[in-house]
Amino acid sequence: MDYAAILALQISSAVASLVLISLGLAVIFGMMRVINLAHGEFLMLGGYAAITAYNNGVNLWLAMLLVAPLTVGLFGIVVERLIIRHLYGRMIDTMLATWGLSLAMIGFVTVVFGNTVSGISAPLGSLTIGAYRTGAYELFLIVVALVLLAAGWLVLRYTRLGLIARGTMQNAAMASALGVSPSLVYAVTFGVGAALTGLVGGLLAPLSGVVPTIGAAYIAKAFITVISGGAAILSGTAIASGLLGTINTAMTFAFTPVLGEVALLVAAVILLRILPQGITGRFFQRSL
Amino acid sequence: MKRALPILGNIAVLLAGLAILFGLPAFAETYVIINATIFASFAILALSLALIWGYAGILSFGQAAFFGLGGYTYAVAAINFGDTTGAAALAIALPALFAALLGYFMFWGRISDVYLGVITLTVSLILYRFVNQTAGEEWNIGEAPLGGFNGIPGTPILTWPGRPGEQLAPENIFSLAVGLLILVYFGCKALLATRFGRIVVAIRENETRVALLGYDTRLYKLAIFVVGGALGGLSGLMFANSVFVSPTMFSLPVSGQIIIWVIIGGLGTLIGPVVGCILMQILTNWLGTLNQVPGFGWVDPNLVLGVILVVFVLVVPKGLTALVTDAWRWIVTHLSPREREVAPPVEPDRAYPSPSLSPLPRGEGHERRATAESAS
Amino acid sequence: MTAPILETRGLTMRFGGVVAVNGVDFRLQEAELRCLIGPNGAGKSTFFKCLTGQLRPTSGDVLFRDRSIAGSDSHVIARHGVGIKTQVPSVFDGLSVRDNVWLAAARTNPGRLAEQKTDAAIEQVGIGPIVHRIVGQLAHGQRQLVELAMVVAPEPDLILLDEPAAGMTDDEVDRLVDLIKNLNQRHALVVVEHDMQFIRRVAKTVTVFHQGSILVEGDVADILVDARVRDVYLGKQAA
Repeated sequence: MDYAAILALQISSAVASLVLISLGLAVIFGMMRVINLAHGEFLMLGGYAAITAYNNGVNLWLAMLLVAPLTVGLFGIVVERLIIRHLYGRMIDTMLATWGLSLAMIGFVTVVFGNTVSGISAPLGSLTIGAYRTGAYELFLIVVALVLLAAGWLVLRYTRLGLIARGTMQNAAMASALGVSPSLVYAVTFGVGAALTGLVGGLLAPLSGVVPTIGAAYIAKAFITVISGGAAILSGTAIASGLLGTINTAMTFAFTPVLGEVALLVAAVILLRILPQGITGRFFQRSL
Repeated sequence: MKRALPILGNIAVLLAGLAILFGLPAFAETYVIINATIFASFAILALSLALIWGYAGILSFGQAAFFGLGGYTYAVAAINFGDTTGAAALAIALPALFAALLGYFMFWGRISDVYLGVITLTVSLILYRFVNQTAGEEWNIGEAPLGGFNGIPGTPILTWPGRPGEQLAPENIFSLAVGLLILVYFGCKALLATRFGRIVVAIRENETRVALLGYDTRLYKLAIFVVGGALGGLSGLMFANSVFVSPTMFSLPVSGQIIIWVIIGGLGTLIGPVVGCILMQILTNWLGTLNQVPGFGWVDPNLVLGVILVVFVLVVPKGLTALVTDAWRWIVTHLSPREREVAPPVEPDRAYPSPSLSPLPRGEGHERRATAESAS
Repeated sequence: MTAPILETRGLTMRFGGVVAVNGVDFRLQEAELRCLIGPNGAGKSTFFKCLTGQLRPTSGDVLFRDRSIAGSDSHVIARHGVGIKTQVPSVFDGLSVRDNVWLAAARTNPGRLAEQKTDAAIEQVGIGPIVHRIVGQLAHGQRQLVELAMVVAPEPDLILLDEPAAGMTDDEVDRLVDLIKNLNQRHALVVVEHDMQFIRRVAKTVTVFHQGSILVEGDVADILVDARVRDVYLGKQAA
C-alpha cells in the first residue's frame, strides 16, 4: 500500500518536474513562436538569484518565490527588447541569437561565480509514508506545479490581460488596430515566461544545486515536452508532462534511471510520429 | 563576370584545399597537424548538415547521432576484426543505414520543420544517454568495451589498406582527412547539379509543387538524409582516428555547434559552413588558451563566443558567405554597371512573430538561403 | 463509347459540420474542355482539390480512366498523367523560370529530351523573354504563365486549372485563351474560373456549382442566359 503511495508520489513528482521546467518555455514558444535556446540558462539564473539572495540573508522562501522570478523576469524583458524583438518571424536567427545568449550567460556566470556547485539544502524536511521516507519538498513542488497551471488558466481565461495576450498572439495586426500595442504585449509575455522560468529555477535550486552548466540538463526535456504538447500552452504541457513523466517513472522503477530517461525520449519520438502536431494539435484543440 | 563567379569560386576553393593538404605538413608541428585533422573531421560533419539543411530544407538537430555512430562503429569493428579498412567502411555504412531507418520513420510520417528537429534531437539524446551508461563488462560488444562515459580506450588507428600492422602516422591521417574533405565538398556540389540534386533543392523551395509534378518527395528526402548520415559517419570515423571515441560525440553541444557553424558560414552554401566551422574552432581554441593567461580570467570562451554570436545575428544575419558574395557583387556591379544583375529575393518583412496555432509556416526555415545562382 | 477520362461518383467533402461538396456526379470525356463556375463558396475549389489529391474526400469516388484515385497522394495522381495548376500559384520562387519548367519536364523525360521539352513548353506558353528571371520577382500574371508552362511540359492527358486568368494582363489572357484552345486539341481540361469574360471566350461546356452541388450543366451559350444561373450569381455577373 505504501509502495503504491510512493510510486504515485514519484510519478506526480516527475510529472510536476516536467511541467515546471516546461511552462515558461511553453508560454514563450506557444504564444510567440520564439525558440528560446537559452531557456535552460534562465532556469540556471533563477537558481543563482535565489541562492545568492539566500546567502546574503534573505529569507529562503522570499529568495525563491520573489527574488528569483523578479530577477529573471526583468532580465527577460531586457533580452526581449534588445535582442528578440529584432528577430520576430526569423526562427533560425532567433535560435542562433538565443544560443549565443545561452553561451554568454554560462560564461558570465562562470566568471562571476566560478565553476563549482553551490547549493542549499531542501527545506521542509522529510515525510514518512509507511516504510518509506521522502522529501516533503517534492510534495511542495507538485503543489506548485498545480497552482501554476491553475493560475495560468485563470489568467488566460478570465482576465483582460489574458484575453489581450491571446488576441495579440492570434492576430497582431488586428490587435494593433484595436489599440493594443503588440510590442508591449510581447515584452510582457516574454517577461512573464522568463519570470516563470526564474521562479522554477529558484525552486529547483535546493534539489540539485546550481552550476553554470546546469541548464543543459533541462533544455532538451523542456523542449521535447513543449513540442509534444502541441499548440495549447497549458493543456498541452500538462498532458505531455503527464504522459512522459509517467513513462519515465514507470521505467525507472522497473529498470534503471537511465533507462527511464531513454524510455521518456523514445515515448516522445513515437508520440510525435503518431501526432505530428503534438497532442493538442489533434485533441483538445480549442483549449488554452 | 557574373557567370565566372561560380567557376572562379570552385577553382579558388580547390587551390586553397590543395595548398593546405600539401603545404601544412611541411610547415607545421605535429600538434597543429592533429588539430587540423580534427577541424577537417568536423568540417565534413558541417557539410553533412549544410547539405541536408541548406539544400533540402531538413533541419536535423541530431547529426551528432551519425557522428557518434561512425566513431563507435569503427572502434568496435576495428577492435573485434582487426581489419581497419573494413571497419572504416562499416563506419560509413551503419550510420547510413540508421539514417535510412530514421528517415523512413520521419518522412513517411510526413514529419517536418520543428517536429523533425525535435525528433532528431531526441534520437541523438537517446543514443547519448544510452551509451553513457555502458560502463561495465555486460556492455561489451565482442572484445570491445563500450566504456560508458569514458568512451572506448585504445581505438585502433587506421592502417594502410592491405597492410595490417602499419598504422597511418598523424601526417597521413591529416592528409586523409583533408583529402576526404575536398572530395566530399566537390562531391556534394556534383550531386546538387544532378537531376536528383535539383529535385531535392526544389523540394526545399516548394514541396507541394514537387509532389504535384509527380515526384515522390519522401524518397528524395530519404535519399539525401541518408547521404547526410553517411557523411556524419565518415566524420566520426576521422574523429575517432584523431582524438578518441566517447559519448560526447552524441551530445547536444555537438549538434548545436554544427548548426551554428552552418548558420555563421551561410545556410544554403557549402563553402560557408566549412569555413565557419574551421574559423569557429580556431577561435574557440584560441579563446580557451587566452583564458588561462593571468589577467584574462574574464575572457571566458563561452562569454566571448556568445556575445559574438548575438552581435553577429543582429548585424550580419545572412552569414559570412553572403557577406563575401554581397561584397563581391557590390564590387562587380560598381565596376561594370551594365552587368547589373537581378537582386536576390527579399525576405518578407516580419514586424510580428508568426501568429496562428499551427506549426511554423513553410519558408520559416528557409529564409537564409542564398539565390540559386550564388549557391556554392 | 470510351470511358470518361475523369469521373466522380457521389463525391462528398465534409469539414466538421459544413458540407462543401455534396454527392457530386461529374463526367469528363477525353479531350473535352469543361469550365467550372459558381459564386464564392459554391464548392468549386474544394471539388478541385479532391481531384488533385490535396484533399481526401469524405465519401464517394474519383476515377481517372476507370481507376480510382480518391484520396491518393498528389504525386500518384500526377503520375497518371494529370497536370495541376493550383489557385495560388505554386512555383519555385527561388529558381529561374527555366529551372521551374525543367523540373516539370524532367519527371517524364531523360537528359537531352527534358531540355527539349522544356524549351517547347516555354515556347508554347510564350515566356521565352523572361526565361532567366527568378520567378519570385515576377508579376502575378507572369507567375501564372510559368506555372502553366510547368503544367504543360510533361504533356499530361488531363489538365486541371484553378483560376488561371487571375491577375493577368489583357495580353496574357489572350495568350492563355490561345493556349487553352490549343491544348484542347489533344488534352482534356477542367478550368475553374470566376472571370466571365474569360469563360465566354474559352468555354464550350460549363458546369455550374452552387452550395456544393451541380446546379446545371450545359452549353456555354445556354448557361449564360439561364435564369437560375443569374439568380445564383445575384446579378453580379451580367450574362
